[in-house]
Amino acid sequence: MSFHIAINGRPCSAEPRPGQCLRTYLRERGWFGVKKGCDAGDCGACTVHVDGEPVHSCLYPAVRAEGRAVTTVEGLASPDGELHPVQRKFLDAQGFQCGFCTAGFLMTSAALEAERGTAHDDGKLDDLPRAFKGNLCRCTGYRAIEDAVRGVTHTERPAAGQAVGRSPGAPAGPQVVTGTARYTFDVDIPGLLHMKLVRSPHPHARIVAVDTGTALQVPGVHAVFTHEDAPARRYSSARHEHPTEDPDDTRVLDDTVRHVGQRVAAVVADSEQAAEEGCRRVEVTYEQLPYVTDPEEAMLPGAPALHADKGPESRIARPDRNVVGEAHGEIGDVERGFAEADLVVEETFRTQRVQHASLETHGCVAYFEPKAADDEASQRLTVRSSTQTPFLTRRALCALFDLPEDEVRVIAGRVGGGFGGKQEMLTEDIVTLAALRLRRPVKLEYTRAEQFYGATTRHPFKVTIRMGARADGTLTAFSFRVVSNTGAYGNHGPAVMFHSVGESMAMYRAPHKKVEAYSVYTNCVPAGAFRGYGLGQVTFAVESMLDELARRLGLDPLTVRERNIIGPGEHMLTPLGEEEDLHMASYGLDQCLSVIRNATADTEADEPPKGWLVGQGTGLAMIATGPPGGHYADARVRLLADGTYEVAVGTAEFGNGTTTVHQQITAGALHTTEDKVTVRQSDTDVVRHDTGAFGSAGTVVAGKAVLLAATALAEQLRTFAARHTGVARHLCRQGAEAFDCAGRTVPLKELFEAAQAAGAEGELVADGHWGGSPRSVAFNAQWFKVAVDPGTGEIRILRSVHAADAGKVMNPMQCRGQVEGGVAQALGATLFEEVRVDDRGEVTTAAFRRYRLPQYADVPRTEVHFMNTTDAIGPLGAKSMSESPFNPVAPALTNALRDATGIRFTELPVTRDRVWVALRSLPPRH
Amino acid sequence: MDLNTVLDVRDARRREPWRPGDAWLGGGTYLFSEPQPHLRRLVDLSRMGWEPVALRPDGALEIAATCTVATLARFAATTLRAPAAPLFEQCCRAFLASFKIWNMATVGGNLCNGLPAGPMISLTAALGGECLLRSQRGAVRRVDVADFVTGAGRTVLDEGELLRSVTLPARALRCRTAFRQASLYGLGRSGALVIGALDPADGSLTVTVTAATVRPVRLWFPLPPDAAGLRAALTAAVGADEWFDDIHGLPEWRRHMAFRYAEEVRRELNPYGEVPAPANPEPAAARPTEEPTR
Repeated sequence: MSFHIAINGRPCSAEPRPGQCLRTYLRERGWFGVKKGCDAGDCGACTVHVDGEPVHSCLYPAVRAEGRAVTTVEGLASPDGELHPVQRKFLDAQGFQCGFCTAGFLMTSAALEAERGTAHDDGKLDDLPRAFKGNLCRCTGYRAIEDAVRGVTHTERPAAGQAVGRSPGAPAGPQVVTGTARYTFDVDIPGLLHMKLVRSPHPHARIVAVDTGTALQVPGVHAVFTHEDAPARRYSSARHEHPTEDPDDTRVLDDTVRHVGQRVAAVVADSEQAAEEGCRRVEVTYEQLPYVTDPEEAMLPGAPALHADKGPESRIARPDRNVVGEAHGEIGDVERGFAEADLVVEETFRTQRVQHASLETHGCVAYFEPKAADDEASQRLTVRSSTQTPFLTRRALCALFDLPEDEVRVIAGRVGGGFGGKQEMLTEDIVTLAALRLRRPVKLEYTRAEQFYGATTRHPFKVTIRMGARADGTLTAFSFRVVSNTGAYGNHGPAVMFHSVGESMAMYRAPHKKVEAYSVYTNCVPAGAFRGYGLGQVTFAVESMLDELARRLGLDPLTVRERNIIGPGEHMLTPLGEEEDLHMASYGLDQCLSVIRNATADTEADEPPKGWLVGQGTGLAMIATGPPGGHYADARVRLLADGTYEVAVGTAEFGNGTTTVHQQITAGALHTTEDKVTVRQSDTDVVRHDTGAFGSAGTVVAGKAVLLAATALAEQLRTFAARHTGVARHLCRQGAEAFDCAGRTVPLKELFEAAQAAGAEGELVADGHWGGSPRSVAFNAQWFKVAVDPGTGEIRILRSVHAADAGKVMNPMQCRGQVEGGVAQALGATLFEEVRVDDRGEVTTAAFRRYRLPQYADVPRTEVHFMNTTDAIGPLGAKSMSESPFNPVAPALTNALRDATGIRFTELPVTRDRVWVALRSLPPRH
Repeated sequence: MDLNTVLDVRDARRREPWRPGDAWLGGGTYLFSEPQPHLRRLVDLSRMGWEPVALRPDGALEIAATCTVATLARFAATTLRAPAAPLFEQCCRAFLASFKIWNMATVGGNLCNGLPAGPMISLTAALGGECLLRSQRGAVRRVDVADFVTGAGRTVLDEGELLRSVTLPARALRCRTAFRQASLYGLGRSGALVIGALDPADGSLTVTVTAATVRPVRLWFPLPPDAAGLRAALTAAVGADEWFDDIHGLPEWRRHMAFRYAEEVRRELNPYGEVPAPANPEPAAARPTEEPTR
């Protein structure tokens, strides 16, 4: 039997495997533009055209492509390279962030464009919610995609030296829209072996024996690794600048499993099929142990203690009670404060498990390469990973396997979304173990299902708040009891818990504040870092409670906020004290509130349907512009021989747009245009160190290092130009292509050559370093007007307004995208997203069809307003704006629900069925 | 996703003996969407050459199991001249899946999956569809769609039995229809789906509930009932444990939505407007076997 298909016009006759889908068939032939987001037909990232019809290639049996013509995103442009109109439009509108979903949107849009005006045209292009039902984007919130389809142009070409504050497009844009941007797994490595993991079916068990004999007999299987092969050393999968922030409670492979889905063994084989078969044949004998999945129960005496075997070296607060971290503090005397209050309210709020759902799954590829180009004999390990923290991961791998840093290189390609989930070492450890043992390249790529039970989630929180106020709304006291479920391992648990009660408790003035907080082990999938890092969960409770307090006092919730928010220059006090390096280096909270005031005043919103209840609500949030305890970045900027510049910086790009900002900052400092600046990044080879792309640090920390380097280079070049020409330094002016030295034009190329000739290469390069301290604070406010159908529970968002105090906005187009994406992601977590676990802690929603992500149809357009502030600490006045837009969204929505219905929703998500159940008990309204 | 335990794809035209580990391959959109470690062979129906959809001389509509959702939607939009034609597009749009999946997914596959939210089940059950099944030994039997699906993900199919086609009677196609769908999300998976069909020939009304219940529930009224009659019939027809309980909606909400939409559908199709129909409607048949139109 012979097989023939045409892929992008090229004939191909390689026979597919019987059960193979078209997606892997295409990727195995090097068409890496075809992405795996879900591998189950839900996300559309793998959309291709078969004989002109758009299909999800992950569902398309490859054998059925026989005799057909397949077009992937790589075949969309004309053969001479002329972009397809939809590619051009996605570039002009920047209809993407990480870009992992973009090929799917392009292929879908292109098919609809082609259908337009034909007999098959049923108007989908005029009905984008329907057209994009099968395409998920986790980053943008879809507004940018709509603009792309509609042909709106947002990208700009600022003049030389004018890039900062304007909206040039992302430098990787052309690669993203042509499917040539290289993400983690878009590499072809000869001799690559594939890893699959055996996972625990039990919530808590001791591993008595692992029989690998049968598995090793499977053709193609090279090795099976178990806890007996793993280093005894414990570590945390969480990545922080200081590893001591997180408890050392994890092994590469443990002899005890603590949640359903924990990895037990790793099978490495020539192919994924063989590795899978090997996994099915590994026989594990377990001794089951008692388990606990509720954090309150886990703290009770007699509950199974998950990590009782560990001592103080693991830094677990109270292993016998499953408390991995706790905080207790009080300023003033809250009981006195409550006694002084005219009204005291108390309520318990709960937030659910949420998954990051970055479209690129976790995974990495480890391979060996020469340490230096001219030294083939001496090899080192290179780990290409979907990570936010290449440098910290290298550090962890070296510590774990006793390797010197020059023996390990960690790089990230373009990363397909992170949201905190990749501030974690979840695959690099075990892949490194296998690669070192086998001295072969090894890859592990998570499935979508593994993302749900084998990675991390947002921490579920239970927050009890007591709040007292005088009749005029002045707060007298508040106290929080916070219980966070960190799951089977403590990665990020204590740090998230501390952050959760930081800015959330400091934003409101009250003479008496008290907190008790616990981060608790349970036999559930571990929680980890997630956009907002605990703040969103507690903000939901605080903003809900304050709203409730105001309503019960008969006061306007906005007025009560204005009365109690901290002002410019005030101390940011929590019951745990004051953070020394945290400063209010700019203040835009008052402006945020004005934006909300204006929104409430006008009646621009759509009319609600008849019989629906209408309400409005607000949420506020404050966030530090970087993590505590230091966040380091090195940057190097150099002039190249062709007169352009190269920036080297460690931080990773996953759609956050920091690469564009770094380009802009450099172009601004060096009086050039951003297209003259290339950025090398996320590679432990390019700079000395970078803590990583988390804590919203890409602009304020790495950006500041870039600014320092670029500014220093500008000074050096000017000095050298003066030396080279003999013209006084103050008469030498730098331009986009050349220096003007008192009328004499010195092209940058000439300057480069002159420096080389003079042996002054050192003048062509400059370094910058920033330590992430001191830090400032950023503010966000969200306002919704909603209508609720009491007959069905449906919530319709009539208007959404967001005020963001990002300081001086570096790139308005991108920053708007960050805000919109944050609001959309938070709406998902408010309205329907929920990782459900059963009573054994097993995840039951391990696919996108069971875990609903916001689709195009779910996300309203949000009006984004930026405040007019300039920060005294951030680079060029900028502040962070990637995590924080998420935080005020949930309470704004539930406050609007309260306004509409009179019901206080204390538990997320507020799905239509739950809203209807709550409304059912209400007396009918007229 | 790759189905790595599958070692062979056989052409169904060869009619080879069925083996454990075999599965019919229709569009593949379900099979390839989840791991299927129990499967060893796929028996491919794509070369059967069955006419996807055709009007028979008696006016009935025969839909091959292999007819794709896209083909059916286009046929209904462009070729089918019948009062019930709009219902086809409404049901297609009730798919959680996008139009791209319609290009591959088959009507038969949706039926055989037997999911409460299967919109091709909703469509064909509401229009009195009849399944033609063929066993491995070649025995043929006919089962009403409403009886074909017996529970969430359960059908009457025996091992290796094939769904060949679904036939919708001409009379059903002449019905005036009303459609309501509830979901927890915008354009999401159905939590309740109610279809009403008013037969112009005798004024009888059929109300079919899917998605909210674990199996299709079809109520036939010789004349449109009043609100109380409809409620009573629906209450009697659905057992307390038959309201579907999964992540796409609480059973009590699904029940509420089914009742709400059934009443909306009744009003929309009521030939007497808001005036109740003549008294003593017969709250008959939850089962189409009792339906006199056939």
